[in-house]
Order: sequence, then structure tokens, then C-alpha cells
Amino acid sequence: MRCHLIDYLPQVGGQLSEIYPQKPIYDIPGYPEIKAQELVDNLMDQIKPFKPTFTLGERVDHLAKQTDGSYIITTNDNTQVHAQVIVIAGGLGVFEPRKPVLENLDHFEGKGVAYMVKNPENFRNKKVVLAGGGDSALDWTIYLANVAERVTLVHRNETFRGAPDSAAKVFDLANNGKIDLILSANLKELNGNGKLSSIKLESKNKEELTIDTDYLIPLFGLSPKLGPIADWGLNIDKNAIEVDTRDYSTGVERIYAIGDINTYPGKLKLILCGFHEAAIMMHSAFKYVYPDQKLSFKYTTVNGVNAF
Amino acid sequence: MVTFTVEDQEGNRQQIEAPDDMGLSLMEILKASEYPILATCGGMALCATCHVEILEGEDDLGEATDAELDQLENLPEYFPTSRLACQIRISPTLEGAVIKLRGEDN
Repeated sequence: MRCHLIDYLPQVGGQLSEIYPQKPIYDIPGYPEIKAQELVDNLMDQIKPFKPTFTLGERVDHLAKQTDGSYIITTNDNTQVHAQVIVIAGGLGVFEPRKPVLENLDHFEGKGVAYMVKNPENFRNKKVVLAGGGDSALDWTIYLANVAERVTLVHRNETFRGAPDSAAKVFDLANNGKIDLILSANLKELNGNGKLSSIKLESKNKEELTIDTDYLIPLFGLSPKLGPIADWGLNIDKNAIEVDTRDYSTGVERIYAIGDINTYPGKLKLILCGFHEAAIMMHSAFKYVYPDQKLSFKYTTVNGVNAF
Repeated sequence: MVTFTVEDQEGNRQQIEAPDDMGLSLMEILKASEYPILATCGGMALCATCHVEILEGEDDLGEATDAELDQLENLPEYFPTSRLACQIRISPTLEGAVIKLRGEDN
């Protein structure tokens, strides 16, 4: 069976790559200790013979059932994939940008407020305000300083906890007048007529400051959300998809859920259990992909790896 | 056993009693008490989904670690006594504390 993987993150590996790539894991059979990213790299090596394909940095938004039972999956970037079976291995959902608490924030999303820098050219010769104090806020401030007309970095504290080199560069840029650095201040209010035109900031001692801008890029890290999965007609219990443990199928034919995203009596959120669920799910999914073939169970030790 | 008070996002307060000899974290107790805390990273101070504000008793809990401060720094909103519940051990120092849930998904 050919598999195509779609993930909203720009790389494969989910939580392992995104949240704790350098942390050791001690409960993977056969590995007394392995770093999370190493496990992901090994898995990528192991699946190479099956030539999986990938769509990364896109979120699955819609599933459209076809008359033959198959699905057309559409992403937020309008990539379409035709599949006989859908397997949701979505962990805790989609890693969405954390949003600052501002009254009319959603009103300006896509109209001046952007949560990631997809194409830096969009900001060429524009006034940009970045907010945040982590590595991505520092890195994008440094990068956009050479692209945008004016870059302002707003940070709640006096110091940065991000990479010291990047923090030093940002202070240098500010000292040389290349960027505006506003410390000990929070975002207070967004203003504009249909499109963002200015931002009101509030300092720690409650002084207000308004700056004109074309864009606001809040960079406060990522947080998992169930996202569009909630709208696919599946049985959801506490942000997890209920499945039948005989084959990890959901209540909707041809849609399976494995790993942290599913729930059933006795569920353990362990990588080990995810592997088990995946193997059983695959054997059940076969009938939809090859309805005319009989599935025979084989061992790789006997038959080797049958690559495509 | 220690007893402390938890205030949810709506401001409802509840007293929680927890064993202080099982090496549990505050995050684990909050989850066990059915509070909707995601705890994505499982307690490694890597996701900040168990963000809490200590309303009373913060002085007894000790300093936040660097890893914890790094995460708190990244949040759009945090408070002078913000902590990650996963980094607070259930111990007698929690006796009488008042903890407000602040994680965005609560």
C-alpha cells in the first residue's frame, strides 16, 4: 500500500521532532536509550523502501467522500490527495501558533496579523512589528531587519532567554538604529480600518505608546489544537477520537485513528502502543485499498522487505 | 497528604487533597482531578500547556528552573507568579496554596 503523509509541521516526527528532539526515550523496545530525533531518523530510514510521499507544512482541512467510498483530502493550501483510506495519526492535534489575548485579533488575521513568516518577501518595504522573546522572534527580527522598511520588536521583559548570540545581534541592530526595540511592553490594542494600521502598546508602568505598522507577527510558540479533525463527524471524547480496538477504526468507514489522537478503554499514550495500533490498522485497511486481493500475513524474516 | 485550592478559568474554587509521598507533580494531580490540562509534553517543561498562576503560597514553592522560565517567557501572557504545574512536586510546601489554571486550553 502506498502511503502519503500530510503534516502541518514543516518536518516529520510530530512531538518528537518539534518538542523534544534531543530528549532521550527509555521505553522503545530494543533501544535502552534513544534520542527522540534519532528515533524519527531511524524510522524514516526504515520506511524508505516503501517510497512514502509527503506534504509538509499544510493542514488537512476537508475530507470529501467519493461515490466509490474513497476520499479526496484537501489541505489549507488547496493540495488535494485522493486516498482509499485515511489514517489520523495526529497526536494531540495541530500545532497552532499561540495567540496573544487581544480583543479584535481575529478581525485582523490575514489583514496585517500573521503568525508565521511563510514568505519574507511579503514584508519587503513594509513596517513590521514582531512580538515575543523566544528564538523565532529574535531570528525573524534579525532576518526581516534587512527586508522590511522598519522592524520593531516588542518584548515583555528587559532581557531575552533565547540564544545569546541572537539576542546580542538584536541589541546591536537596535543600538545602530536598524530596528526599534521596545522592552518591558505588552501588546494592548490593534487598530485599523479593515486592515491593520497601528498597534497600541502598554509598558510595565502602564504608559501607552502607539506605533504605525503594516504587519504584526506575534511569535509566542506553538500549542496543540484538535483543529479541523473536530469537524469530520468522528466520535470525540476529551479531544481524542474513539476507536474500535479490533482495528483502530473510527465510527466512519475507511477512517482510522492511531497513536495519541485516539482513545479506548485501557489506552496508554506510548510510542510502543502507537506501533502496535499501526500494524493492526494496516491489516484492516488493506481490504479497502485492494478489495480483490486476499491479504496473507508474512514475516520479514522469511520474506525480506518487499519494496515497491 | 497535602491540601491546596485550585481555581479554574471560570473562577470556581475547589480544595484538592493529594498524596505527598508518591513523587507526583501538580500537573498529574490536576489531570487526575479531571481538570482539562493537555500536558502535551508529558511533564518535561517543554510545552507550557500546564501553565498555572500561584495566587497564594508562591514563596514556599522555590524558584522556577531555567527550562521552566524559557517556556513561560514564550507565552503570550504570564504573571509574576506563573509556574508550570508539571515542575511543581506535590510536597508539604503546597499546603494551603491557591493555584489558578492559566493554560490556554483549560
